[in-house]
Amino acid sequence: MTELWDGLVTALRLIVSFDPEVMAIAGRSLAISATSSTIAALICLPLATVIHFNKFRGKRTLINVIQTMFSLPTVAVGLFAFVLFSSAGPLGGLGILFTPVAIVVGQALLISPIMLGLTISALSGVDKTIADTAVSLGASRFQMAFVTIREARFAVLAALIMGFGRAISEVGLSMMVGGNIAGYTRTITTAIALETSKGDLELALALGIILIVIALIINIVLNRIQQR
Amino acid sequence: MKKLSIVTISALVIASLLIGFVGCGGTDPLAAQERLRVATTTSLYDTGLWGYLEPMFEEEYGVEVDILSAGTGIALEYGMRGDVDVITVHSKSREEAFVADGYGVERVPFAYNYFLIVGPPDDPAGIKDMSPEDAFDALFQLASARFISRGDDSGTHGKEKAIWAAAGYDYEEVRTAGQWYVEAAGGMGQTLLKASEMEGYTLTDMGTFLSYQGDLALVPIVQEGDILLNVYSVIAVSSQSDPNTNIEMANSMVAFLTSPQIQELIGEYGVEEYGMQLFTPCAGNEPSS
Repeated sequence: MTELWDGLVTALRLIVSFDPEVMAIAGRSLAISATSSTIAALICLPLATVIHFNKFRGKRTLINVIQTMFSLPTVAVGLFAFVLFSSAGPLGGLGILFTPVAIVVGQALLISPIMLGLTISALSGVDKTIADTAVSLGASRFQMAFVTIREARFAVLAALIMGFGRAISEVGLSMMVGGNIAGYTRTITTAIALETSKGDLELALALGIILIVIALIINIVLNRIQQR
Repeated sequence: MKKLSIVTISALVIASLLIGFVGCGGTDPLAAQERLRVATTTSLYDTGLWGYLEPMFEEEYGVEVDILSAGTGIALEYGMRGDVDVITVHSKSREEAFVADGYGVERVPFAYNYFLIVGPPDDPAGIKDMSPEDAFDALFQLASARFISRGDDSGTHGKEKAIWAAAGYDYEEVRTAGQWYVEAAGGMGQTLLKASEMEGYTLTDMGTFLSYQGDLALVPIVQEGDILLNVYSVIAVSSQSDPNTNIEMANSMVAFLTSPQIQELIGEYGVEEYGMQLFTPCAGNEPSS
């Protein structure tokens, strides 16, 4: 119990004193995961709309595949991204391995299925008469899609939060393609892994608590937005 | 409603991902800064030596140094793939193969220390002060006292295998001998913590042991034996195997580590904190045990 208590005390001390290293790591984690979530959202929202509003052969299968990819292991995606971005790999020329950019791209890949799948589910949950009514009132296809997304906005937002949550909490991918370089690609989760292996459990616990606080703040803010 | 084929959808997915890739690669604001990537064995990182030397090199050469802490096996793999510019590792035979295969320019030893076998203070296997080979033999025969192996293809793991071989055992036979033989599959610090938790023995380098000693219920058990010599080398990754590597800066790093001034600092590193030398400098020469 003393370890947990010490961890909590250390966490509070590090947060209250704005410890520069901890703040830098937390800020980096937040920036990387926010960027990857934004990229994934920009790709997944339109794509989910296209998939939802069109009938085509293999649609059911495609959705099944997307849902299966919800449980992609982060280390497997990390390994895939590592092989892709390594100098000896097909995209080695970009030179982004062991940079924050590699983590952003890897995380976007990792969370896209969740955002895509949950957004499709969200759109499916909207009463179809709303779209029909919009069309009967002379709405274009684009306007019809817009109305449906607006109707499903809470569930869509939840899909985006889920994606962000998976991005900021994963460790395997960041470790493999980021390399846990101090001051450059060290994120909260890779720092926790390193400090744990170094036996500095208090600092590791403190970072874990900071991660939870970040998640809490984001959820409170988004809930406020939803309630408006 | 227009029917879209699954092919069109997949093409859309791939296209959008590619746009993502190119967008990211092109707008990296940090790409302009010159960087040197060093993959190092965990012991040189966990002891804090790299954290100590890194800012000096950065200041002297005006470059950002990225330190990737991994086992010797992974560090060599990164080097072969051309993903790093310099490696600092400790596994002579594999380093020689690395250079012979054209991946590295030259193997330059720059410091050494000794491995030691550590274990619980009451020494349940009674192997204190035996030779390393006899100690391993006794552990195998006894088959009750736990031995925690790195099990991660690192330099230390390589040394452990060499001691098993010298003691007359086939490593595969040891690995599958029973529950007393535990594969930790982690860094040196992690393995030491595990050995301490499990009240077992393990093979460790001196530097990592000293820096973790405060958290461990382990004491030195076997420290004498030629086979325990542990040599750290620096190798610049050859630009012939990969033109993307920063060979000039890599050569500067080799020169830096073997320079008289830095050699002196390596020799003094940790003396004040631990009361003994962690690394003995050996500027470019192979130490003899």
